[in-house]
Amino acid sequence: MRLSGLEPLIVRPETNFINVGERTNVTGSKMFARLIRAGQYEEALAVARQQVENGAQVIDVNMDDALLDGVQAMTSFLNLVQSEPDIAKIPIMIDSSKFEIIEAGLKCVQGKCIVNSISMKEGEEKFIEQAFICKSYGAAVIVMAFDETGQADTKERKVEICKRAYKILTEQVGYAPQDIIFDPNIFAIATGIEEHNNYAVDFIEATREIKKLMPLTKVSGGVSNVSFSFRGNEHVREAFHSVFLFHAINAGMDMGIVNAGQLAVYDEIEPELKQLCEDVILNRNNNNNETTEKMINFAEKVKAKGKETVKDESWRKESVESRLSHSLVNGITDYIEADTEEARLQYPKPLDVIEGPLMDGMNIVGNLFGTGKMFLPQVVKSARVMKKAVAVLTPYIEQEKEERKKAQIAAGTTGDDPAGAAKILLATVKGDVHDIGKNIVGVVLGCNGYQVIDLGVMVPAEKILETAVKENVDIIGLSGLITPSLDEMVHVAHEMKRREMNLPLLIGGATTSRMHTAVKIAPQYNNGVVHVLDASRSVTVTGSLLNPDQKTPFLQSTKAEYEKLAIDFGNKKTTKQFLKFEEAQQNGAAIDWEKYKPIAPTFTGTKILDDFPLSEIVDYIDWQPFFIAWEMHGKFPAILSDTVIGAEATKLYNDARKLLQQVIDEKWLTAKGVVGFWETNKTAADSIQIKDKNIQLEFLRQQIKKAAGQPNLSLADFISPNQTDYIGAFSVTIQGIEKHIKNFEAHFDDYNKIILQALADRLAEGFAELLHKKTRTQYWAYVSNEHLNNEQLIKEEYQGIRPAPGYPACPDHTEKYKLFTLLGGEEATGIHLTESLAMYPAASVCGWYFAHPDSKYFGVGKIEIDQLEDYAKRKEMNIDEAKRWLRPILE
Amino acid sequence: MKTLQDCLKERILIIDGAMGTMIQRYKLEEKDFRGNRFKNWQCDVKGNNDLLSITQPQIIEEIHKQYLEAGADIIETNTFSSTSIAQADYEMQSLAYELNVAAAKCARNAADEYTKKNADKPRFVAGAIGPLNKTLSLSPDVNNPGYRAVNFDTVVQAYTEQIKGLADGGVDILLIETIFDTLNAKAAIFAAKNYFRKNNIAELPIMISGTITDASGRTLSGQTLEAFYVSVMHANPLSVGLNCALGAAEMRPHIEELSQIAGCFTSAYPNAGLPNAFGEYDEQPHETAHIIEEWAKEGFVNIVGGCCGTTPDHIKHIAEEVKKYKPRELPVIELV
Repeated sequence: MRLSGLEPLIVRPETNFINVGERTNVTGSKMFARLIRAGQYEEALAVARQQVENGAQVIDVNMDDALLDGVQAMTSFLNLVQSEPDIAKIPIMIDSSKFEIIEAGLKCVQGKCIVNSISMKEGEEKFIEQAFICKSYGAAVIVMAFDETGQADTKERKVEICKRAYKILTEQVGYAPQDIIFDPNIFAIATGIEEHNNYAVDFIEATREIKKLMPLTKVSGGVSNVSFSFRGNEHVREAFHSVFLFHAINAGMDMGIVNAGQLAVYDEIEPELKQLCEDVILNRNNNNNETTEKMINFAEKVKAKGKETVKDESWRKESVESRLSHSLVNGITDYIEADTEEARLQYPKPLDVIEGPLMDGMNIVGNLFGTGKMFLPQVVKSARVMKKAVAVLTPYIEQEKEERKKAQIAAGTTGDDPAGAAKILLATVKGDVHDIGKNIVGVVLGCNGYQVIDLGVMVPAEKILETAVKENVDIIGLSGLITPSLDEMVHVAHEMKRREMNLPLLIGGATTSRMHTAVKIAPQYNNGVVHVLDASRSVTVTGSLLNPDQKTPFLQSTKAEYEKLAIDFGNKKTTKQFLKFEEAQQNGAAIDWEKYKPIAPTFTGTKILDDFPLSEIVDYIDWQPFFIAWEMHGKFPAILSDTVIGAEATKLYNDARKLLQQVIDEKWLTAKGVVGFWETNKTAADSIQIKDKNIQLEFLRQQIKKAAGQPNLSLADFISPNQTDYIGAFSVTIQGIEKHIKNFEAHFDDYNKIILQALADRLAEGFAELLHKKTRTQYWAYVSNEHLNNEQLIKEEYQGIRPAPGYPACPDHTEKYKLFTLLGGEEATGIHLTESLAMYPAASVCGWYFAHPDSKYFGVGKIEIDQLEDYAKRKEMNIDEAKRWLRPILE
Repeated sequence: MKTLQDCLKERILIIDGAMGTMIQRYKLEEKDFRGNRFKNWQCDVKGNNDLLSITQPQIIEEIHKQYLEAGADIIETNTFSSTSIAQADYEMQSLAYELNVAAAKCARNAADEYTKKNADKPRFVAGAIGPLNKTLSLSPDVNNPGYRAVNFDTVVQAYTEQIKGLADGGVDILLIETIFDTLNAKAAIFAAKNYFRKNNIAELPIMISGTITDASGRTLSGQTLEAFYVSVMHANPLSVGLNCALGAAEMRPHIEELSQIAGCFTSAYPNAGLPNAFGEYDEQPHETAHIIEEWAKEGFVNIVGGCCGTTPDHIKHIAEEVKKYKPRELPVIELV
């Protein structure tokens, strides 16, 4: 289904559940009704805006109120919505039981809407006429399972009516199946009336059947109806909705009208309540209303106690195995040491506790994660619990080993250790310091029962391979974030072949890709190279590789796939057209320098910002990448109220804000930065001389043939060719993390360790953003008045740019040497450059400043040999070395 | 004879260029616009180009022929403003139907003459349906964003009258063009679908052409290109495309995007570059044609031509350049 507001919303089979905002509905929201009745449309718009901010992907608008002129209210409100891009960007669901109100709404909206709803309750003729009208407006349409005899309550009736409506719509009206949405009626259950007990099951099963018979259609419903008997009891309702949706979505429900803030996370619902919800919704053990009675009693109990007191400690009464499992799944550390000790005393050997109840618990975690019922931050918390438990047992295991050894020596036999868990070696390759992703992969694999050997960062190939042999590992996993790491990975693969190794190699990290792995790494090594997209995939990939039956077919199919990719890549390559380098140079950015007078910075030379207050940086943090690091994808802050991951995202965010506050209050980290400006002379098309410094910067230029009128850009284009111009540079870093990382590691607290690492990254980026603002308005002061909020800053709406050497606009990492020399070397901020030119500490950012209003971010893309040669000559660099550094942009 | 569909499968079709630019060359005066019939009209009518279909039909027909001679397969009727709403500027609301019939006949005569000359290259008449000077999604009053200068029903009524005139005058296609407010276009689609359904007439194919007004890649009413396409898909159009506002160079990324998302044929007829300081277009025929040639080579387009500032010479160059390329093949659009 394709819908639109100002922006498109394409609902594909793999699209997650679409949540439709329900608050702009006078029948559902008292506040909204009051505002509309009072004609306070501005305030009513705020309700709509809030829905969008809270993650609604469609908003339902309903003006069915006896005291309102529905046509007029719908028209006025929707006309106003159209003038608010923040709201109008998403599609609108026009909701009314009166068709004239629906049609009035359709007349106001340019995008593709959903009509909610039409039905056959007044016969086929009227149904067809209304459907024709909806179709003339291009709207998708919700069809209620309602016919001449009434609303369908059983599965059979629901399916039968939907089938009949489908036939009419597609054959007589010409509706596209993908524009039809069925609402098979969600009715209240647990009302005490026995006939109602099966209503939820009827809906769920009807949904399953409808999606089977008419796969292109969609299924929707008003979710809050189901819990109508428990109104006023939000705690129970939230759990009810969550359990209902879990089953309905599994059966194929695509969308629903829900209050996104009013949903519990399925696996967080306390067991008793969840069990009751499951039983009531699925109508199990419900002879004589038994389950319903229990549910009602429970609800009354909860209501009497209030939401705060329902924290359920009953699990403490269960067996030690269940308690360990509960702690692991819920990430509770409070009792883990005592419980582990208790288990140790019960089991014959301490290792049995690990291989028994602890691994059982972690398997549950692994399964929940694999099926999308748990999210990464929860998994990492579980790992923390696991590590604490293992730490309790380790001394006993060691002791036992010693005793066994002694016994063996005494008996004159040599022992062979039973084969333990599969071993996976992880390392960030030589020259690279980034390890957040690798740490996450380590935790996730650990949770799945593998023994992870983590060699840390900047690990040379020799050390990786020697360790792999010595420890007899089963799989090697490499990670890296900066582009030179790609070459290092190729090198490792090459070395593995030379050493005739025979274990699979996994490739991961932000800079890696399936294509690069297929084209460059896989051909180096024949015994298995697999690119792994993220931590959650690492589990399935290692699972396949360690299963003797699956390993060979898996590696074969991967190999075939990569070979095809490599061939496609080879074919594609030839179709790209390049300009001669001189031609590209002549087609630079068309900037009218006659009309531009470069602005002098307020100082030249450098300025050091030592120990810059972290509290000032906080406002400049872009949180979205923080969540991406945790494999939680979505816009911030909308992600916090996402139906699926919102609750976990909010927890993670709260934990991060708390740790951030502690970092600031207790001064864990120190922000250091340096900024500098210099006069420049442009000495050639791509060369910029820094005056009085004997340093010449060299830039690379886009060389792919562009459409007529499109320039071949180089950063040098943004510097005036014939007047005194200026360039700036900066580097910032966040120092002092090591001690705290060690401390977290000592407490087996991967969760906070990864949060802290990710926060340090965010602070470094935030500091760069802040410094850039200061540069624009204060140090260089080339803009006099700038009023940009954080969101606009993140969208790069400012004048001027700050590209970093090694990134798309200037992909040569080696220019970083010049940048650091200009800024006063390592002393200025304490940033150290590795041999691959990664910056250590990892939470560091550097870049050039360009001020010209036309300067913009771009990617150089691939270049040809003529430019490479010219560039190497300009840099006085050996051509092979230049090739090595520029490999990612060479064809 | 080959149908429009046959031709579209065979080659890239050429749509004509600007009408206004050509009319300007005749340097017509108030009296020329009035002709005999409107010599005592109550207000000035100079500038009402659509009126010329009634008062100077020979000029309109001559312009059509120049475009046909240059190689246009599809010519547009001189009806951009022939609606009761747009004609209100000249107090000529009541003439709307007649203007459309007259203009359709001018184009029909010219096209038929050329088809007769060479039956292998049939020529088609597209009834031009312009965007109106009043919009349904935007308020003309900044202090009152909920206000609308016109309502949906009035717009549908005006377009229905225009469509009836065009159909009665014998056009082959309806061309809803220069769409800067998608809701206006939806009203035109609504009018067309209902006119044919209610009168039990076979539907004419609909071409849809939107206008991206600036580098943001959005329509004036704020939609992204894909959102625009999704909003008009229900017309089941013969083609969807872009025209006006931008020159070919600026239009390229948008037509590329459209060529990827559209399941129907695509069309593009840009302006002759961007206007200079005097509001004139100076992009030369070979320059426009060179850019459009690249679109043809990349397989972005099925129908190309020109909008403001383009002339028969532009069309001739474009036709020459694109004829060596195959038309864009329709992509398989995922059914979701």
